[in-house]
Amino acid sequence: MKLQKATQFALLAVLELARDPSRQLSVSDIAEKYGISANHLAKVLRDLGRARLVEAVRGARGGYRFSGNAKRTSLYDVIELFGDSVRGEADIPAPAGETDMGRALGQVLAEVDEIAVATLKSISLATLLKSLAWQPRASTREPTSP
Amino acid sequence: MSETAQNQSVSLSPPVIREARALDMDAVAAIDAAITTHPKPEYWQRAFRRYATRQGRYFLVAESGGAVRGFILGEERAWEFGSPPCGWIFAIGVDPSHREGGLGSRLFDAITTRMRAAGMSTVRTMLARDDALNMAFFRSQGMRGGSFIELEMPLALPEAGAR
Repeated sequence: MKLQKATQFALLAVLELARDPSRQLSVSDIAEKYGISANHLAKVLRDLGRARLVEAVRGARGGYRFSGNAKRTSLYDVIELFGDSVRGEADIPAPAGETDMGRALGQVLAEVDEIAVATLKSISLATLLKSLAWQPRASTREPTSP
Repeated sequence: MSETAQNQSVSLSPPVIREARALDMDAVAAIDAAITTHPKPEYWQRAFRRYATRQGRYFLVAESGGAVRGFILGEERAWEFGSPPCGWIFAIGVDPSHREGGLGSRLFDAITTRMRAAGMSTVRTMLARDDALNMAFFRSQGMRGGSFIELEMPLALPEAGAR
């Protein structure tokens, strides 16, 4: 499964902010930590704001802060916001998809999709953040607090 | 009793996790029926005889406010498809009016503690793919996709010559 860049950025940003909901981070803080485009991330954060997962904090120490419910928001919820369709992406298009071979292949791909969707729906932002403590830390880089 | 009053009584008496008793089965069956909408009291009587009284099998309940509010069942299984001995959890339930109070986590901790003490180093479970509630719960306890995949097929076979 391959997610669009905007979806990847959204997941990283919302998780980074949900890590400490009392903390505000600027676009550049998050972009620098994950080595991603600040311009692209700014647009993604505006979309996350419209979905009320993050809120903009104005002023000199402004930035973004997590404002959602980390226990109630799944990875799939964030992915869906950005229009990434995990289910059905791999369909065999017609006319091949209407043949017996196309249908059989489509069933296998649908099985893979269903497992992916069930997995993504079962992992809340809170659970993913909790899982950080269960695995070795890959990076010790922390964003600078504003 | 109102839900608020129930929650207050729960907070006044901390939950206790203990081995299930025969007299708990009516409460366990009622919790299961409230969750699944399929009452099956005979099944729970049999489950008590099979799982509460034998070594390597675990049937625990969470008691709070003087009543059973949750249950968990599991057992040790060994060498199925080459798997070394491991723990299996195959049922968990918490009274819907007492959810989000940590009872499920306490039941999970209690059964895995017993399994660990008995020498098991892995615990497994199996869930319906659309059982989002339990899948999210087990994920939140640290469980993840394992090294086995469940496969199945309907036993009504196609007509002869079709396969």
